[in-house]
Amino acid sequence: MYPSKFDYHRPSSVQEAVQILADNPDAKVLAGGHSLIPVMKLRLAAPAALVDIGRIDALQGISRSNGSLRIGACVTYNEIANSADVQAAAPLLAEAAGQIGDRQVRYRGTIGGNLSHADPASDLPAAALALGATLHVAGSGGSRSVSASDFFVDLMMTALQADEILTEVEIPAAGAGTGSAYVKFEHPASGYALCGAAAVVTRDAGGSCTGASLCFNGVSATAVSAADAASSLVGSDLSDGAIDSALSGMSIPDATGDMFASAGYRQELARALGAQALRTARDRA
Amino acid sequence: MGISIELEVNGASVSKEVEPRLLLAHLLREELGLTGTKIGCDTSQCGSCTILLDGQAVKSCTVLAVQADGSEVTTIEGLANGDYHPMQQAFWDNHGLQCGFCTPGMIISCVDLLNSNPQPSEDEIRHGLEGNLCRCTGYHNIVRAVQAAAETMNG
Repeated sequence: MYPSKFDYHRPSSVQEAVQILADNPDAKVLAGGHSLIPVMKLRLAAPAALVDIGRIDALQGISRSNGSLRIGACVTYNEIANSADVQAAAPLLAEAAGQIGDRQVRYRGTIGGNLSHADPASDLPAAALALGATLHVAGSGGSRSVSASDFFVDLMMTALQADEILTEVEIPAAGAGTGSAYVKFEHPASGYALCGAAAVVTRDAGGSCTGASLCFNGVSATAVSAADAASSLVGSDLSDGAIDSALSGMSIPDATGDMFASAGYRQELARALGAQALRTARDRA
Repeated sequence: MGISIELEVNGASVSKEVEPRLLLAHLLREELGLTGTKIGCDTSQCGSCTILLDGQAVKSCTVLAVQADGSEVTTIEGLANGDYHPMQQAFWDNHGLQCGFCTPGMIISCVDLLNSNPQPSEDEIRHGLEGNLCRCTGYHNIVRAVQAAAETMNG
């Protein structure tokens, strides 16, 4: 299968890339290409031009400074999963990245492409939400920062404008007493999450919960935070009973029902996997 | 609009002018005649098009030839060096194939797996090969082949 014809641009700087996007309204950004090329081969997408950002040095690299972890948009899943810095400062992200696709996909797919594509069944959006990530964005009019909670707008729609690209993901480094976990129930053929649960909890010296977040992929049109269930855990001892009670009334708004699973089944998965993720996060805290 | 690319394929320099939409798998098979690399599902699932791109196993049906500009590519044809590569020999010895269609991509993935993890457990082998589908063998002999190759290559 061939994609439709397109013009190919390979800018060497972010500034050049966003200018090409501004000049070509029908252009798409190409990073690892493992979401974009398949849909182009199926002719579900036929952009007039591709802007290949894969060789822009400023979009590479992982660094830690002043209590935060910064990951360039073109860093691959494989690099994230195996990075000592990510494993130390945001182990949830390393765990989620290591569960995406297969080895070959993880060598090519990038965090920036993943978050910008915003596939609801992908693994990184819920992790980014649960970690309180800040997404740095550049456009022809300048740069701005968007919180992960404002970034995912709707099904495969983000806060990015047509001439903007995601340049860097910034995550506050995990503090003492913090544990996290990502667990998913995947479709056995595609590997995509029917439901993925990302949990982060923090405990004080006495074992009492001082902070919790719980976010899901795959359940609705965007990654979603179960903020009420998570906040009801604060002050608890994070026992299995406390977790079950926090999740008993949880309902994800607008859960998706499709050929793979009904909305009700996804709600059940969210409760079960949410509990599993929270228990594992607690045990790691 | 043709784009000039230069890459190294199985140790030989290649210069081509290609359409941007040309896939790396098609460059290898149709322009360079390296038909050992197979196209199976064409949807990034089956792994039969797996090649090494700068030493990493990737699905060449999901990489544009222009993205490989300046890179080193190794296909199944480039593995043997006089004798079979230990992984090829191990597939032969352990009957790690039946129809053979998945085999080139499977062997490349197995080489990549041992490059990053020279002594994988059976579980790590099975998970490491989740990007390659074989519809004949049920994987048992493939796993045995990887274990045998690991022994040979570490010995």
